[in-house]
Amino acid sequence: MLSSPIVRTSLIFTAIALVGLFFADIAITSANPWKDLGRFFFGIITPDFFSTEGLATALLRTVAFAFVGVALGSACGFLLALVYRAYPVRIFCAFIRAIHELFWALIFLQFFGFHPLTGVLAIAIPYSGIFAKVYSEILEEADPEPGRLLPPGTSVISTFLYARIPDCWVQMRTYTAYRLECGLRSSAILGFVGLPTLGFYLESAFSQGHYSDAGAMLILFYVLIATLPLWVKPKLLPVYILGAPFFLGEGLPIVWGNVTRFFTQDIVPSPLKNEEGWAGMGTWLGDLFINQAMPGIWNTVILTQIALVATGIIALLAFPLISTHFGGPVRRTSGHVFLVILRSTPEYILAYILLQLWGPSMLPAVVALALHNGGIIGHLIGRQSSSIQLRPDAPKGVNRYTYELVPRVYRSFLAFLFYRWEIIMRETAILGILGIYTLGFYVDSAIQNIQFDKAMVLILITASLNIGVDILGRFIRKKLALQTMPTC
Amino acid sequence: MSGFDLTDLTASFGGERVIGPLSLSVKEGEKVALVGRSGAGKSTLIRLVYQQVESMASLVPQDLGLVNSLPVFHNVYMGRLDANATWYNVVTLMRPFAKDSQEVKELLSELEMSEKAWIAAASLSGGQRQRVAIARALYRKSGLLLADEPVSALDGPMAHQIMRLLKERFQTSVIALHDVELALAYCTRIVGIQGGQIALDEPSEKLTPADIMPLY
Repeated sequence: MLSSPIVRTSLIFTAIALVGLFFADIAITSANPWKDLGRFFFGIITPDFFSTEGLATALLRTVAFAFVGVALGSACGFLLALVYRAYPVRIFCAFIRAIHELFWALIFLQFFGFHPLTGVLAIAIPYSGIFAKVYSEILEEADPEPGRLLPPGTSVISTFLYARIPDCWVQMRTYTAYRLECGLRSSAILGFVGLPTLGFYLESAFSQGHYSDAGAMLILFYVLIATLPLWVKPKLLPVYILGAPFFLGEGLPIVWGNVTRFFTQDIVPSPLKNEEGWAGMGTWLGDLFINQAMPGIWNTVILTQIALVATGIIALLAFPLISTHFGGPVRRTSGHVFLVILRSTPEYILAYILLQLWGPSMLPAVVALALHNGGIIGHLIGRQSSSIQLRPDAPKGVNRYTYELVPRVYRSFLAFLFYRWEIIMRETAILGILGIYTLGFYVDSAIQNIQFDKAMVLILITASLNIGVDILGRFIRKKLALQTMPTC
Repeated sequence: MSGFDLTDLTASFGGERVIGPLSLSVKEGEKVALVGRSGAGKSTLIRLVYQQVESMASLVPQDLGLVNSLPVFHNVYMGRLDANATWYNVVTLMRPFAKDSQEVKELLSELEMSEKAWIAAASLSGGQRQRVAIARALYRKSGLLLADEPVSALDGPMAHQIMRLLKERFQTSVIALHDVELALAYCTRIVGIQGGQIALDEPSEKLTPADIMPLY
C-alpha cells in the first residue's frame, strides 16, 4: 500500500496537517458555545419570514447582483477565451481570478463607494478569469476535423460559429448555469462588506441575536438555490439578464474625485508619496513583510492545510450518505438534503455563524471550510459511486465501503480535493476579514487604517500565493495522473 | 481544371515512412479507385492529395467530420460556407433562407433522407451520417472528389445508388474503396496501393477482380 504514490501523497498531506495543528490556534473561547448553538438551531426550526421587510428586497438584490455579475463575467470571459492562447492573457486571467470577490469588493468600495457597480464588478472580474479558463478548455477539446474540412476562404467567424461553437454549446451552457449558482453564493456574501444583499441582513440579524430571522433568510436562500433549475429556464434567461440591472438598487452616487484620488494618491506607497526615495521604500516593504505579510502567509498556509485534510475526511465520510450502495431511500433523501445544505451555504457564512457561537480562533474557519468543501466533494463522489456496478455477492457495510468503493473512487476524490486546494486557500485568506489572523485580516486592518497602499501590496501577495498553490496543485494532479472537471 | 499532377508524395508517422515517395497524376474526367489492404496507406494518400489541392476538392474523410450538435441541413450547408457573406451564414445558423433549404432538401432527397434535414447529426445512424458527409461534398460543387471509403456503412443497393451519383456529379474523383466490385463498376482507373507504393495502375476495363486480389 505504501508504495502507491497516491497513498504516499495522502499520508504526507495528513502529516503536514497534523504538524500544523500544533501551531494552529484551535479553541472554543465563547462562554456558552453550546447554548448559543442550541439557540441558533432553535432559530432555524422556528424561522420568522415576516419580521424584516427587507428580507424580500435582500433576496431580490442577491439574485440581481448574481445575474448581472455572472452575465458580464461570462461575456468577458468568452471574449478572453478566444485569445487565451496568448501568454499575457493567461497570466492576466490567473491574476484576476486569484483575487477573491470580497477583496475586489473592498477595493471598489474605496472609490466607487456603495454604488451597484462595486458589487457587479466584484463578481464579474474574478468570474471573467474563471470563465476564460474553462471556456477555452472546452473549446480546445472540440473536434478540429469539421473545421479542417471547410472550404478554404471561409471567414473566421463562420468557421467558429459552424465548426467550433455547436459541439461546445451544451458543455458551456451547463458550466455557466453551474457558475450562476456560485454567483448567488458570491452575491450573498458581498452583503458582509455592506452591499445590500443577503449577507448584510444576515449579519445584522445575528448581531442582534434575532436567530429566527437569520434562520428564515438561510432557509429562503437554500430554497432559492435548490429550485434554480425550476426558475432559470433558457427562454426566461434574456428576461432575467435584461431585467436584473434594474433591481440592483440605487446605492450611493459615485464621487469621481475619489476615483482619481484612489489611483493617484491612495495606492501609491507612502515612502514614494513622501519622497523618501528607494531607501524608504525598502524599509517600508521590509516592515510590511515582517509584521503583516509573513504572519498572514504563515497562518493562511497552516489553516489551508488543516482545512484541506479535514475537507477530505468529511467528503469520505459523507459520500455514503447519498451512494445507492448503502441504506434505503429515506436515508439517501436526507443525505441529499444534508449535502445540499452544506454545499449551498457559503463557507464565509458558515464561518461567520460558527465564529459568533464559538468565539474567535481557527476552529470555526476549519470547520466551515471542511463542511462546505467536504459537502461538495462528497456529493460528487457519492454520485460517481452510485454508477459503480458491484458484483451480486459483494460484501456489505464497512467492508463494502473499504474494499469495494473507496479504492474505486479514491483517484477522483483526490483529483477534486487538489482542484479545490486553491479555492480553499482563497477562502482561507478571505476569512481573515472575520478576525482570524490570515492574510485577509491584515488586508482588512490596512483598509480600516486607511493604508490602501499596504492593502494593495497584501492583496497582490495573496494573489501570488493562490497562483502558486494552483500551479502546485496542477503539478501534483499531473504527476498522479488525476483528471477532473472544474468545480467552484 | 479538376485533374492534378503530384510528384514526390511522402508521409511518415513516428519516423516510419508509410507512403511514398510516389507520384500520382490524374487527368480531368478520370474516376480513380484506390484499392489495397487496410493499412496500406490509402487514407494517408487521400489526405496528402487533399493538402495539395485543397481549394478545388470536396473531401469525404473516413471519420466524416460532422458537427454532431448541428442539424443535417447545416452540416450540408457547411460545404459552401465560403460562398456566402459572414452575416448570411450567421443568419442561416439561426434561420436558413428558403432558397438554401430548398436546394439542400433536394440534394437530401436524392440520398433518400430528406425527412432528416432538421435532425441533429448526433442522432443519426452510421449509414445516415455517411450520407450527410456525401451530401456536404456534393453541395460543395467542386470538380474533384476525394473520398475515403464513402459507402462502407451503406447496404448493397444504397451503396450502388450513391456510387452512381458520385460518378455522375463529379468530373474527376479519387475514391478509396475496399469493395473491388464497386471499384471496377464505377471507376475508370484502378490504382492499387501496397506498402505505401503504387503496385498496380491500370484502366478498369482491362482488369478482373482476380487481378486485384493479390493486393489483399
